[in-house]
Amino acid sequence: MARIVSTALDPAGVLDLVAGADRGGTVLFVGTVRDHHLGRGVVELEYSAYEAMAELEIAAILAEAETRFSTVVEAVHRSGKLAVGEISIVVAAAHAHRDAAFEACRWTLDEIKQRVPIWKHESYADGSSEWVEPCATGRDA
Amino acid sequence: MTVEVLLFASYAESLGECSLSLQLEPGATAGDVVGELRARPGGAGLPRFPMVAVNERYAPADRRLEPGDVVAVIPPVGGG
Repeated sequence: MARIVSTALDPAGVLDLVAGADRGGTVLFVGTVRDHHLGRGVVELEYSAYEAMAELEIAAILAEAETRFSTVVEAVHRSGKLAVGEISIVVAAAHAHRDAAFEACRWTLDEIKQRVPIWKHESYADGSSEWVEPCATGRDA
Repeated sequence: MTVEVLLFASYAESLGECSLSLQLEPGATAGDVVGELRARPGGAGLPRFPMVAVNERYAPADRRLEPGDVVAVIPPVGGG
């Protein structure tokens, strides 16, 4: 199953993937495009990915989450151009009980943000645009 | 030996290309690829130790390369 997709994301479809009779708690995270960033108005953004590697990294993160929290976890991320309000990421985690589902969902989202090779190019209301690089990872950047 | 290099986002913009082939001495490392790129026009803005992937997996700068390896230089990621 492709987890980097260029078409609209369907949260209900992701929920279905983690559903199970033994799982009484499911946490669903839906990330959407915000209309502002650091005080500037955002009108559009574009995600580009190193797709082959991004697929491998997300699969590795999901496998790690399942081991770490004994949960069933699924995630999909959009690529391409998105308008404000469109869904950029969906993460769902299911477990017998709610605590592990919340933890696994949060952990998975954080790992995706830190490790998966996806980049965001934002276009602003003032006509400018730039790559968003949330934190420098180079040691002398 | 020849290796393939992939560039993304701001790094691709700085260097003006998304992919290129590099000729390296046998025994060269992923860090040597970064050094070659930094010496190119537009490459000075690359950090000395960016994140690097070899054949679609993150790798340390001292990873020795084989002919035909695909080396991706990864700017700070911004998914989610």
